Amino acid sequence: MLPDKSFLLKLAQSDPSELSALEREKVAFLNRERLTRPLVMVNSSTSGTVAGAKETWEAIEQYVADRSIEIDLRESGSIGLSSEEPVISVQLPERTRVFFSRVTADKVSSVLDDLFHQVIPDQMLIGQLRREGQVPWNDVSYLDEIPFFALQQRIVMEECGIIDPFSFGEYVARSGYEAFLKIIRSYTFSEVCDLVTRSGLRGRSGGGFPAGKKWKVAFDTPSDQKYLICNAEESDPGAFMDRTLMEGNPFQLLEGISIAAYAIGSNRAYIYIRSEYKDAIRRIDNAIWQLREMGLLGDNILDSGYNLQISLRKGPGAFVCGEETALIASLEGRRGMPCSKPPYPSTAGYLGRPTVVNNVETLSNLPGIIRNGPEWFRGIGLEDCTGTKIFSISGRVRISGLVEVPMGTTFDTIVNDIIGGVNKGRELKALHVGGPLGCMVPVEMMNIPVSFENMKSRDLVLGSGGILVMDDRTCVVNTVRYFMDYVDKQSCGKCIPCREGTRRMAEILGSITRKPADEEQYSTLERFKGVMQLENMAEVMKDTSLCGLGQNAPNPVLSTLKYFRQEYEEHIFDRKCPSNTCTELRSWFIDVDMCTGCSICAKRCPVEAIIGTARHPYFIVQEKCTGCGICYDVCKFTAVYYK
Amino acid sequence: MGIKLEVNGRAIEAVKGETILTALNRNGMHVPTICSMKDFSPSGACRMCVVEVEGRENLVPACSFPIEKPLKLKTHSPRVLRARKTNVELLLSNHPDDCLYCERNGSCELQSLSEDLNIRERRIPGKKSPHKIDKSSPAIVMDLTKCILCGRCVRVCEELMSTSCLDFAHRGNELQISTTLAKPLNFSNCTACGQCLIACPTGALTEHVQFPELETYIHDPGKTVVGQYSPAVAVSVAEQLGYRPGTDLSGIINAVLRRYGFDYVFETAFGAEVMIMEQARIYDERDQESQDYPLITSSCPAWVQFVEQFYPELIPHLSPLKSPQQLTGILVRNWFTRLKELEGKDIVSVVISSCTAAKSEARRMEMTHSGIPVIDLVITTRELARLIRFNGLDLEQLEPEAPDSPFHSAGTAGQLTGVAGGEAEATVRTIYRQMTGKDLAPAKLHRFRIHRSYREMTVKAGNNEIRMGTVSGLSNAVALLEEIRSGKKKLDLLEVMACPDGCTNGGGQPLPVDERIIRTRSKAVYDIDNGGSIHTAHQNPAIRRLYEEFLGEPGGEVPRDLLYTTFTKREVLL
Amino acid sequence: MVTETARIDEILDRFPQIKRNALIPLLQAVQDEFGYISEEAIVRIGAHLSLPTSKVYGLATFYNQFSFSPRGVYHIALCNGSSCHLGGSGELFGELIKLLEIGDGETTRDGLFSLEVQSCIGACGQSPVMAVNGTYFSGITVKELREIIKQYREDASG
Repeated sequence: MLPDKSFLLKLAQSDPSELSALEREKVAFLNRERLTRPLVMVNSSTSGTVAGAKETWEAIEQYVADRSIEIDLRESGSIGLSSEEPVISVQLPERTRVFFSRVTADKVSSVLDDLFHQVIPDQMLIGQLRREGQVPWNDVSYLDEIPFFALQQRIVMEECGIIDPFSFGEYVARSGYEAFLKIIRSYTFSEVCDLVTRSGLRGRSGGGFPAGKKWKVAFDTPSDQKYLICNAEESDPGAFMDRTLMEGNPFQLLEGISIAAYAIGSNRAYIYIRSEYKDAIRRIDNAIWQLREMGLLGDNILDSGYNLQISLRKGPGAFVCGEETALIASLEGRRGMPCSKPPYPSTAGYLGRPTVVNNVETLSNLPGIIRNGPEWFRGIGLEDCTGTKIFSISGRVRISGLVEVPMGTTFDTIVNDIIGGVNKGRELKALHVGGPLGCMVPVEMMNIPVSFENMKSRDLVLGSGGILVMDDRTCVVNTVRYFMDYVDKQSCGKCIPCREGTRRMAEILGSITRKPADEEQYSTLERFKGVMQLENMAEVMKDTSLCGLGQNAPNPVLSTLKYFRQEYEEHIFDRKCPSNTCTELRSWFIDVDMCTGCSICAKRCPVEAIIGTARHPYFIVQEKCTGCGICYDVCKFTAVYYK
Repeated sequence: MGIKLEVNGRAIEAVKGETILTALNRNGMHVPTICSMKDFSPSGACRMCVVEVEGRENLVPACSFPIEKPLKLKTHSPRVLRARKTNVELLLSNHPDDCLYCERNGSCELQSLSEDLNIRERRIPGKKSPHKIDKSSPAIVMDLTKCILCGRCVRVCEELMSTSCLDFAHRGNELQISTTLAKPLNFSNCTACGQCLIACPTGALTEHVQFPELETYIHDPGKTVVGQYSPAVAVSVAEQLGYRPGTDLSGIINAVLRRYGFDYVFETAFGAEVMIMEQARIYDERDQESQDYPLITSSCPAWVQFVEQFYPELIPHLSPLKSPQQLTGILVRNWFTRLKELEGKDIVSVVISSCTAAKSEARRMEMTHSGIPVIDLVITTRELARLIRFNGLDLEQLEPEAPDSPFHSAGTAGQLTGVAGGEAEATVRTIYRQMTGKDLAPAKLHRFRIHRSYREMTVKAGNNEIRMGTVSGLSNAVALLEEIRSGKKKLDLLEVMACPDGCTNGGGQPLPVDERIIRTRSKAVYDIDNGGSIHTAHQNPAIRRLYEEFLGEPGGEVPRDLLYTTFTKREVLL
Repeated sequence: MVTETARIDEILDRFPQIKRNALIPLLQAVQDEFGYISEEAIVRIGAHLSLPTSKVYGLATFYNQFSFSPRGVYHIALCNGSSCHLGGSGELFGELIKLLEIGDGETTRDGLFSLEVQSCIGACGQSPVMAVNGTYFSGITVKELREIIKQYREDASG
């Protein structure tokens, strides 16, 4: 089942020039530069599955079975075009690989028919992959020429969607495990720490703390046991870069974990992964098993004297467990409640021992840094913020997916140039960056070069890099309310400002975006009182909360109060939602020309706000209307409309 | 090694590694706290103790921030005060506005905190979490609408009492204190020790008040109301009435209760002396050498409940006696009624106790006689103080009076049971007499009185040795029993009190309480013993009369019928 | 028929080490096996790990994955991630409440449906997303939702 173990280990440790011709040919087959039969890869990761990749897979199997064609059918990860799934790629022997989007089961035969007749179908085509020594297709643009990929610099995601996540051989053939073997052969623990410090790599989970510095603290703290924890509890709604990395290139992550564990002198590592990430779990499980078989995990790895065990732990689902102390509590079998820092986990973490918690993206950066050297990494991005950042983009956009760009790229480039902006006819209004604990970036600030500092100096945060694109049909206040509702449910509840604060803020935002049927004078007063306190509460929460969740929970409120105050005021004073999203704030009318006077709306109106005589146009009394919209639902003549 | 701190412009010294809060408190500076408790690790949940530290972006909690280097901090800057005030207001936004009707009106920490922070209006409106009041337990009422989730009860129940009846459940806005599967308290493994009531800063956990029922009986002319109060009550009720802690009101309480309307007033100490008589006999008859465990006392109802639930294997080693209040009660029903020619059904037997578990104990099947409960009502020290105020009784105007006969007792052995170690001490006095025929000078046992959760002493009685020990706090008891089980420790007689420091720190005692107050209460009990003339149960003439006229010999048929009880394993969700 | 006790014991046997950090994996195994955590499971897990049941219950209620009532024949997971929110998952949720007369984390009386709102299923490109027993439905509208539920009801009765 596994390819020749000694060959792969030799390959990982040697320069391509040292290999014999026969060995080089073997490599070419391993990394699929050369093929013996056609290769079809289907993105079977979550985004693909939801769009129907399973059905596509079955259709392909059926197709080749019917025609007795021998192909190599493989699963792959996502290339980052989440809205274009199911994505499949086809590589015929000697030819370059071609990618297609939205290949649902019913489209399989037409695509494959064309391809097996050496014709590239125009529809659904994304582009071809540039590889040396393969014959390109004519009139097909290379992936790196189309805007989505051209403006990205993929160093972490480079192999995502391209290699087979179940094949260790392919990973090794693509320079995998070179870095780890190099360090356990010729670097001391602290040299690796220094090297990573020099690269300027910073934690990608939001805080932006220098990774090397954190390691050094853990390394310098004497202890009988140290732990490395990979934080794969990616529960920001709208963030899926970690999942894609795990599904697309699990070996890269495991190599990164091995490097980091080595650097802090730990021989015990855990991956704390969301239990919902079934596909990622399957791939990581498989990868760990293969690495054990290869002798790259376990005791005395390749006679270096270094031992390492990596275990997978499924997080039972709590957003707050993305916070490192809460994650550690959860690993220890306790409620995922954060603890006060100091002491930091790097001195006293899991089971009281020095523990480093890094997230998937941070760790996935490591093999590249070691392989190419810290100077190479420093050359990417900004002076104080090196490397790249992956953003997951969703919302009201043409393409949603993953974008990896150097630090310092502007939001403008990311959203308008790479993703292609918002849907036709709509106008870009704002970006919500960083998930529920993130902030709203107004259009005027789209040109700031992205970095931890640049965001911070403008009272914004980068968070883990989820970008929710909002067009003119989305309501800023309603979106903030959504995030606050979310945080309110996800707060662990330990400290007062976070538990009570998120709850009150969610209520207040709710009262702004809703028009309760029975609001009387007293509750109007309460609503205004709440609004007056919104800012104060947000600031105190930021100042006094125990953990990052509470400290960052007010970000959406504070950033929108700063940049979208006008919209709040319209909601509060005029009781109007400018984007017409807050359904309860809509004003309903009946079009006199369309209304036939069937009276069904008047009968169904729960507050008797609709009056009129049968067979004549009806009329909605605005003072009585609660905006429930039932009349709209029941009208058979589309005579009811809102403003 | 001292580290310089600059607090509000003033220089103070701190020890490396201690928390800011410790340093501030040692230097007489005060920041408010809710969740922090002495001798418990900080939780950092309430954020009341936040201070401004120069160079830190956010405010830091003083309770959990260790001092590693010189710091400049402000404890009452406008920023800090705003944060504290807003956080209290946030708590209040989810707290009922019924202070006037609350059990803890006047002793509530949240109330005084909002007063201190000058909160004068409800600025933050909001919906309040809906909760049902759990009144299932005869001892403890849990009203989660008043809970501020500081977690003090959880930590006390787990760390101090090893019971872990309560824990946090759910999260975020649904976070609440809960028993397993949210069962009512009465179906949980609660031992009713009441330490959570002492820990609770608000009215979320209170005793199941029976004082209104008492009111109706008192004014019912057809009822003869008989009261007994425990030794710990006498030395602590004064605190809640504005007197200095440690004031002994033994005689005054008799007068108070009579003025109030009790027909007869006794001391639980009398029952305690009966218990000592029987316990000494049990000790004498027990073949200690063949036992793995010592003879363990059973006077503490919370401890008994704990053993039945968690350590049923210890039941054979428990002294099979009822508690002092139950002993007094059964004697009232069987001897006193006979003496006074009263009808049992007209008697209302009331216990005034420092104990909340006594309320649960009174509802036990084993504590009924001929089908009716021996004790009708149990009220706590706190309820007694309320009763005194309610009836406008002025203690200054009252002269001390003696308890009623036949339980009139001039001895102090029973009084000693008010403190941890007292029961063991008083029992050993009588055991010594049984073994040697001589009386042990009380001062010989004074070494046993040091203020510690566990203490032991070996007393030579002729050719025998009595290895006596006392432990208080259930967690300490669990640790000690483990040592005994593993053979590391050998004892002959062990007194266990569920509450740390025994009944003086019982769940029904006045609030607030701290170590200094407990020490003064204990000292008052010891002072009573030191100043008394009859130090042993067997010398007490009232006890002698009881045995001569009614009980016969200790361990005889009548005592076995009335004074002994049985314990059974209890199946609850542990 | 293997009794519940025997099945729980079988799971406990898989975790011989008595360590607190085995608690979550144990509960997960029970949840996977039964679809919920029963009172018996809580008691037996507590006894196995020498943990008070209040701690087991307290922990289990903290996390989304554990439920205390059996799941329905059809378990509906509705995504309420930010993208799905913009895509109208709120309306879908409202419709589901109306259709099934249950809320988040509840099971219908007939045991046919149970509903769970998830923070992000991870298919932000195809919002709004819903999964019924692992079958995904993407980009659905309220009208389509009604059809889907109707279909499942028919499947169950026919």
